Amino acid sequence: MSDPIIKIQNMNKWFGDFQVLKNINLEVEANKKIVVCGPSGSGKSTLIRCINRLEEHQEGDIIVDGNELSEKTKDIEKIRAEVGMVFQQFNLFPHLSILDNCTLAPIWVKKMPKKDAQELALDQLKKVQIDDQANKFPGQLSGGQQQRCAIARALCMQPKIMLFDEPTSALDPEMIKEVLDAMVSLAKGGMTMIVVTHEMGFAKEVADEVIFMDEGMIIEKADTKEFFANPKSDRTKLFLSQIL
Amino acid sequence: MQILNFLKPNRDNIKNYSIIGSFLVLVSLIDVISNAFLKINLTFFLPGSLTTLFPLIIGLIGLNMMRIDYSGNKKLDLLNKNINTNNFNALLTLVILFSIIKALPQSLSWMIFDATISGDSKDACTGTGACWTYIKVWFRRFMYGMYPNEFHWRINTAFILVIALGFVGYFMKENLKKYLALYYVIIYPVIAYLVIYYLISGGSFGLQWVETGAWGGLSLTFIVSFFCLIFCFPLGMIFALGRRSNLPAIKYISICYIEFWRGVPLITVLFMSSVMFPMFLPEDFFMDKLVRVIIAITLFEAAYCAEVIRGGLQSLPRGQYDAAKSLGMGYWKMHIFVILPQALKLVIPGIANTFLALVKDTPLIFVVGLAELAGMLALAKTNPKWLGFAMEGYIFASIIFWIICYAMSKYSYNLEAKYKTER
Repeated sequence: MSDPIIKIQNMNKWFGDFQVLKNINLEVEANKKIVVCGPSGSGKSTLIRCINRLEEHQEGDIIVDGNELSEKTKDIEKIRAEVGMVFQQFNLFPHLSILDNCTLAPIWVKKMPKKDAQELALDQLKKVQIDDQANKFPGQLSGGQQQRCAIARALCMQPKIMLFDEPTSALDPEMIKEVLDAMVSLAKGGMTMIVVTHEMGFAKEVADEVIFMDEGMIIEKADTKEFFANPKSDRTKLFLSQIL
Repeated sequence: MQILNFLKPNRDNIKNYSIIGSFLVLVSLIDVISNAFLKINLTFFLPGSLTTLFPLIIGLIGLNMMRIDYSGNKKLDLLNKNINTNNFNALLTLVILFSIIKALPQSLSWMIFDATISGDSKDACTGTGACWTYIKVWFRRFMYGMYPNEFHWRINTAFILVIALGFVGYFMKENLKKYLALYYVIIYPVIAYLVIYYLISGGSFGLQWVETGAWGGLSLTFIVSFFCLIFCFPLGMIFALGRRSNLPAIKYISICYIEFWRGVPLITVLFMSSVMFPMFLPEDFFMDKLVRVIIAITLFEAAYCAEVIRGGLQSLPRGQYDAAKSLGMGYWKMHIFVILPQALKLVIPGIANTFLALVKDTPLIFVVGLAELAGMLALAKTNPKWLGFAMEGYIFASIIFWIICYAMSKYSYNLEAKYKTER
């Protein structure tokens, strides 16, 4: 068994007086795909935002690719460059074209020559099938296209880990499929992925493990088949019965 | 107004009604115009007060007859929608229109027909109209202040050079474009300063020294506004970022700075800069009064700019910060490439506002003895040979200020349109 690429131990996090995450323990091995599900407000998004330190945790350890995340962590940017993230609201940069959205970080963070960065970006855009939109601006694209561009933008940094924060929740049902297709093909390519989603079909198809969270705690963590076939806790059963 | 109800048109008779209505409005207009311009009272047969009210009543009836929800006639609909929605609006329309017409002949004859422009002394102005001779004679003073006449070419050359340098950005090669901000924020002001120092101040290259006390008029307005504008913007940006910083020291220094400068009136700042400030300086250290004033206004306006820019920074969704951070960008990269380009776009109207206010605040430097355009007017109107022409002077100054400010605001609209992005 290889060393886990993400290791979270006894992690607690508060927003003011309110404890959002309670005693989280999680290990993710390289190339594994984890789906995190649970009702809204259960702390799923906060958990994965902690992994690239968009949120700070107050107690416990988070170790990403051998680097511990804490206030003392220098070069947090370096760790973030290794961890791609896709957001619910896409968060493309509206003042830049699709191509520039994808090349901005490789050029300025990774110091990649402009030509190489553009080649890489077009390559990634092709994989998500929007290379023909490269010169448009985000505002001119549909939601599904924007989200695929956001995936390509994250991939242009050639990350080791990809985090997805409800990538399909802001999309029309029709567009969900095109985004999920892009994510499935990414998963088949062997990327380490942590996906917060309500798309149980996606979970069944690609996830190695499913985590169910409620009220800031990890209630259940099991292999995908096991999770759907015989969930252990009552809370999980209730949740599954309601969304399946 | 109930009595007018039978005059309401419907869809069938609108054609006839609108013709009669426009005829009545026309009659009312003719009455007012002939009254104002030709001094002929067409309604002399009516008793006193009714004569003055006659065009109003006729016009109201006319507009009432034309008012209909939808007629199909584009021009009529446009008229009804904009100035004729109900009786009150129709009344307002007519009153405003008639007031303008009544005021027109007097102001026109004062400003143009009865005005004098020939001659070069006060004696030429014998008419009842404006005395533009005054502006003509004092024109050079209004433009260049007390700057010696034979050296005015130096000011002109300096301005042409500075303006030309300002356009360099347009012709920069594509691969140099990334240095554009550096050029405008650091290099351009330095070059402009040197050009103005060596050409207008002189003292070397065989040019005679002209002290800043002699500078004045519109050229001084330009010099002060120019330097304040280009310095206060970057400074404001720094304080706007500082105020949102996570580092307490930087944050509180920025807050103190902004709140201090926003709390004091500009006029006291100017007094301080010219009267108090030199007392704190060492004996042998000399800083020109004009430079002190420019620094004072810059620091003052930077606080306002900072707050405007902060507004833009705050209006960006948090997701933009998250996305930039998640791509591994540090503070400066995130702000330079993602946050500021978007925030500055949003604050163009606010910045234009601040800049316009700045330009119009420059006359305040008169209190420390620097006479720019409005200051020169104040001097000129107290000249014993030219007493009594304050009106002409102020009209002249307001026209010039209006042109400058209107050009600036037009330019800001252009910028807004140019950098508009869809969200």
